[in-house]
Amino acid sequence: MKEEHGDKHTKRYGMVIDLDKCTGCGACMVACYAENNVPFKKDETDKLDSLNWIRIFQLTNGKPYPDTEICYLPMPCQHCDGIGKHGHPPCVSVCPAIATDYDDSTGVVSQIPTRCFGCRYCMAACPYHARKFNWWDPVWPADTKKYLNPNVSTRMRGVVEKCTLCFHRYQQARDKAYLEGREEIYESEYQPACAQACPTNAITFGDLNNPDHAVFKLKNSPRAFRLLERLHTNPKVYYLSSKTWVRRAGDNYLENESRPKSNRQKIHS
Amino acid sequence: METTPLIPQGVKRCSKLQFSLWMAAAGAVLLWGVYAMYLVWFKGLNQTNMNDAYGFALWIWADLAVIALGGGAFFTGFLTYIIGKDKLKNIINYAVIIGFICYSSALLILAIDIGQPLRGWFIFWHANVHSMLTEVAFCLSCYFAVLTIEFLPIIFENPKLDRVPFLHHLSHNMHRIMAVFAATGVFLSFFHQGSLGGVSGVLFGRPFAFREGINVWPWTFFLFTWSAAACGPCFTILVTWITEKLTRKKLVKDDVIQLLAKISGWMLATYIIAKIADTLYWAMVTAPSMGFSFMDFYSGNPVYGIWILILEIVICGIVPAVILITRKGREAKSLLMLGVVLAVVGVCVNRWVMILQMLAVPVVPFEEWFMYAPSWQEVATTILPVAYGILVISLAHRYLPVFPQERELNPTN
Repeated sequence: MKEEHGDKHTKRYGMVIDLDKCTGCGACMVACYAENNVPFKKDETDKLDSLNWIRIFQLTNGKPYPDTEICYLPMPCQHCDGIGKHGHPPCVSVCPAIATDYDDSTGVVSQIPTRCFGCRYCMAACPYHARKFNWWDPVWPADTKKYLNPNVSTRMRGVVEKCTLCFHRYQQARDKAYLEGREEIYESEYQPACAQACPTNAITFGDLNNPDHAVFKLKNSPRAFRLLERLHTNPKVYYLSSKTWVRRAGDNYLENESRPKSNRQKIHS
Repeated sequence: METTPLIPQGVKRCSKLQFSLWMAAAGAVLLWGVYAMYLVWFKGLNQTNMNDAYGFALWIWADLAVIALGGGAFFTGFLTYIIGKDKLKNIINYAVIIGFICYSSALLILAIDIGQPLRGWFIFWHANVHSMLTEVAFCLSCYFAVLTIEFLPIIFENPKLDRVPFLHHLSHNMHRIMAVFAATGVFLSFFHQGSLGGVSGVLFGRPFAFREGINVWPWTFFLFTWSAAACGPCFTILVTWITEKLTRKKLVKDDVIQLLAKISGWMLATYIIAKIADTLYWAMVTAPSMGFSFMDFYSGNPVYGIWILILEIVICGIVPAVILITRKGREAKSLLMLGVVLAVVGVCVNRWVMILQMLAVPVVPFEEWFMYAPSWQEVATTILPVAYGILVISLAHRYLPVFPQERELNPTN
């Protein structure tokens, strides 16, 4: 697997989400809202224009009771490595103003809201709908403005935003390591808010290229799969599930395809 | 003191009152669109029915459609000045004016469509050379400048302006070097028409739109240029016919229209063969490799059935191509106009599916089809360019010698 994430000496931050552990509680979403100053609407009924950097889907096996099974699937930006090993996610190359960036040193796909002029081409390019548009100016009711995170800029109307894997935390960890005379940061020093908030430890975060990080082993689990691997988006978010129907729900298959034919499995076989 | 009339000599125009009423009606529609534009600019894109699944919607379709329809300017210019089809000089002025309207409309729609209009210049300043949209912005702006240069000598031919020696000579000299601008226009058009096709064709996360191709250019790059060259002149013919009906005058001789229709027909016929080949390869190779069967894109939703593909390729592709390449089809006025209208509808349907249907198709397996209906503000701002076009054409027809054959076809004595 590690070959898929470029040079093994560079960092490729990603996460592994254990769907067998996820209860769909939404703590990751709440933590993300608070950490990243994500604004919300008065009425959040219509999710198609909600700002959320991580969403939770409820999947079902489609069988009637008593065989019904449910699975909750949290979906942040997949931080795709894309085609090739040089960082070509679906959204980055299409942006006409270089307002979205693929960081070669970490693999993080970031968004530069002050550069974005709101053409929304990246949204059309992303098959995961991970990119969100600010249809309104953010409104912070009552005193909530006082509780905004000073490390993350709020965004204005008319620009796109998305999950940054809490990149500001990475920068803080780097600063700390520098002050302490270290070149490397510890696994525990850089963890996004969603991973820390998860009460069942379903979200594990780290460097997918680093054998000392938990995600390195987890991503190679036989339970592991990624969303839409057949599109060659090469995501850095992995999912774990012991259920075949859940793993199969991660991609599209033709009726005559009895088993998943993903790139990942091709590499393993 | 002798006064030069504003209206070209030897042609008949309607009364001032009739013209004013006509302009007022079009102006009212324009104002409705301007009001919607004001709402969008000052309140934001929340005035639309777009959402995170439909980042592109009616406006981007309108953009792609008017640019394809405005393709008549570059292709007729190419045929007239580069290939040397002199007969088309009798319609090139109108093709240029229609192209000018289409391209200025496209730029206006883009300015309304972006979330931060005041940052629109970022696309030039912070240009990402890998983005198809950057290529679109550069070529579109440059070609609009070319169209303006091509339009100017027509404006200078207004009797009043023509009396100014500088403008008279400028117009004369610009006409002499028009082939240079026409060639520039063809070059730029090839790239921006193509890059508009590339906008959706490069999206490897969207199996409905993604196409393989040559180097960095997906097949849609070439298909968009081809279809614009085929259907753009059809739009020129259609607008000419509408103008003739409204003014109750013959403005262009049949042999000119038929020559343009014949060339369009052959372009359309070859395009539709390429389009069918592209569709077959996509349906049998590209989409299945991504886990999609052909019918996945045309079932399970209330709107997008196989009918839309049949409409685009058969009814609005093969049928008009057959009409326009046959002499009988071209010579029978009703058949000719049917072919022209179908070709225009066909290219608009193509642009629609490549934007709207692309976004409607669920890619993540546990998501559903996404449906969309535009808000009145989106509709009004899309109709705005139509009203603007009517105003420009009305002014041009009244005050400029647009049609060289008009006097001959409509003798005043």
